Amino acid sequence: MKRSQFSHKSLPILLLVPQLIIIGVFFYWPAWRALHSSFYLEDPFGFGSQFVGMANYTRLFTSAEYMKVARFTLFFTALVTFLALAISLLLAVKADKVIRGAKTYRTLLMWVYAVAPPVAGLVGVMLFDQNIGIITEFFAFLGYDYRLGVSYADTALAMIVVSVWIQIPVNFIFFLSGLQSIPRHVREAAMIDNPSGFRRFWEVTFPLLAPTTFFLVVINITYSLFDTFGVIDTLVKNNPASNPMTLVYKVFVDGFRGNDIGGSSAQSVVLMVLVLALTIFQFRLLERRIHYA
Amino acid sequence: MKLSTIADHAILIAGALFMLVPVYLALTTASHDAVHIQREGLSFGFGDDLVKNFDAALFAEGGFTGAITGTTMLMNSFILGVGFAVGKIVLSMIAAYAIVYFRLRFATFAFWAIFTTILLPLEVRIVPSYEVIQGIGLTNTYTGLIVPLLASATGTFFFRQFFLSVPDELVEAARIDGAGPVKFFIDILVPLSRTMIAAIFIIMFVYGWNQYLWPTLITTEEGLFTLVRGIRQIIQAMAEGSQIPEYGRMMALAIIAMLPPVAIVILFQSWFVKGLVESEK
Repeated sequence: MKRSQFSHKSLPILLLVPQLIIIGVFFYWPAWRALHSSFYLEDPFGFGSQFVGMANYTRLFTSAEYMKVARFTLFFTALVTFLALAISLLLAVKADKVIRGAKTYRTLLMWVYAVAPPVAGLVGVMLFDQNIGIITEFFAFLGYDYRLGVSYADTALAMIVVSVWIQIPVNFIFFLSGLQSIPRHVREAAMIDNPSGFRRFWEVTFPLLAPTTFFLVVINITYSLFDTFGVIDTLVKNNPASNPMTLVYKVFVDGFRGNDIGGSSAQSVVLMVLVLALTIFQFRLLERRIHYA
Repeated sequence: MKLSTIADHAILIAGALFMLVPVYLALTTASHDAVHIQREGLSFGFGDDLVKNFDAALFAEGGFTGAITGTTMLMNSFILGVGFAVGKIVLSMIAAYAIVYFRLRFATFAFWAIFTTILLPLEVRIVPSYEVIQGIGLTNTYTGLIVPLLASATGTFFFRQFFLSVPDELVEAARIDGAGPVKFFIDILVPLSRTMIAAIFIIMFVYGWNQYLWPTLITTEEGLFTLVRGIRQIIQAMAEGSQIPEYGRMMALAIIAMLPPVAIVILFQSWFVKGLVESEK
C-alpha cells in the first residue's frame, strides 16, 4: 500500500462496490451453489432435490470412467506443458541469439496467440480429417489409418498437437523477455568462462530463467486444464463418447448433457480444490527454492 | 555465415512454418469449392473460389433459422470484445484505485475477496453460473454474455501492481495543490496509465473475442451468436450432415474469426508484450 493516501469515507467504498457486486453475484454465489449442490442429488426434471452427503463424491471416485478421464487429464496436461515449454524455450533461445531478422521471427512466432482455441480446433479438424486431412494423408503414406473422432489415441494426438500449437506464443514471449532481461555483463562473463554454448546455457542461462520457467509451468498447467476446452470440444466433433476428454470437459458434459447436476457440481468442487492446491503449492513450496536475480 | 548461425535460422524457420502452415492451409482451403476438396483433399495451391467463399461466409444467411450471417456474428464478436475490455478496465481501475490509494478498514478483506477470483476460472463453476444467469433472466442478452465474464480480478491485479509503482510524491504534490481524490484520479493517474490501459485493452479484447464456452451456453438465439460461438454450429452441422460439408466456407469463417484479434496483436506487439509480461508476472 501507499505511504500517503487519501482519507475519505464513502468514496473508496463507492469505487469498490461495482466490482464486489459482480464477483459476488457471478463468482461467489455460483461457487457456493456448486459446493451446496455437490451434496444433493437433484431430480433431472427439476422436482426438488435430496441431501445425499458425500454420495456424489464417492460415486465420482469409484467411477472407472471418471478415473479414466482423470488419468487422461494428467497425461494430457503433462505432455502439453512439457512440449509447449520445450519448443518455445528452444525458439526463444535461438531468437535471442540471431541478430538478423529477430523482429520478424518474433512476429511470426507470436501471432497465433490471438487465435481462439475452438478456431484452432476447427483448423485441426481439417488437417486431421479422415477424408481431406493432410496429416491423415501423411499417416496413410506411412501405412497407418488415422481416424479422428473414432480412435481414442488418434483424437488424443490431434488434441495435443493443436493445444501445443496455440500455447507456444505465450511461452515464447515470456522466455524471450526473460532472456533479454539478463544483463549484458552476466552474458559476457559467462561467455569468457565457458566457451561451450550448450554448457553455458544449462549452467548460466537456464538457472537465471528459473523464475520465468516456474511461472510458466503454473500458467501452462492451468492452460491445459481449462483453456483447452474449445480445442477438445471441436475435435471430438460434438460426440464425446469414446473420445478422450479432460476433467473440465466432463463437468460440462455431465452437467449439460447428462443433467447430472449433483455429480457435475462435485466435479466442480474437486477442480476448485485442485486449483487452490496448485496455487498454494506455487506460493509456498516452489517459489522459495528459486533464486531471483 | 557460420554454420551455427545457419542452424539457428533453420530452427527458427521451422518454428515459424509450424505456426504458419496450418493457417495457410485454412486459407487455401477457403479458396476451393467443397467438391474439389472432398475429391482432392487439402492442397497447398489456391483455387478460384476465395471471393465466393468469403462472400458466402459473410453474407449468406445460415444457421438453423436461416437468420444469421457472418456480418451479424462479426458485430456480436466486436460487442463482446470491446464491451468486455472496457468493462474490465473501468471496473478494475476504480477498484485498484480504492485499494491502493485509500485507508480502508476492510481493505484486506476486499483485497482477498477480489483476488481469490483469479484462481478459479469460469469453466470450473460453469453449471451453477449458468443457473444463476438463467435465474436472473439474462440468457440471450448482451449483459448476460459480457458481465459474468467480468467476475475475475485479473485487471484489478494489473492496475494494482501498476499503481504501486507510481511515485508517492505525486499524491503529496496533488494534495498540496488542493486536488481531491477524484481530481487526482482523472487528471493525473488516468493519463499516467495510458500505455498500461492500452496494453490491457488489447489483451482483454482478444480474450473477450475468443470466448467460447460461455457464449455457447448463454446464447441460444442465433442473432446473438459470436463468430467463435458460430464455430460450434459448424462442427455440429459437420457431424450430422449427410452431404459434402462446405469446407471452403467454414475455413473462410474461421479466418474471419481470426483476423481482428491477430491483426491487433501484430499491430500493437510492443504494447501487447509489455502488458502481458508486466501484468502476469
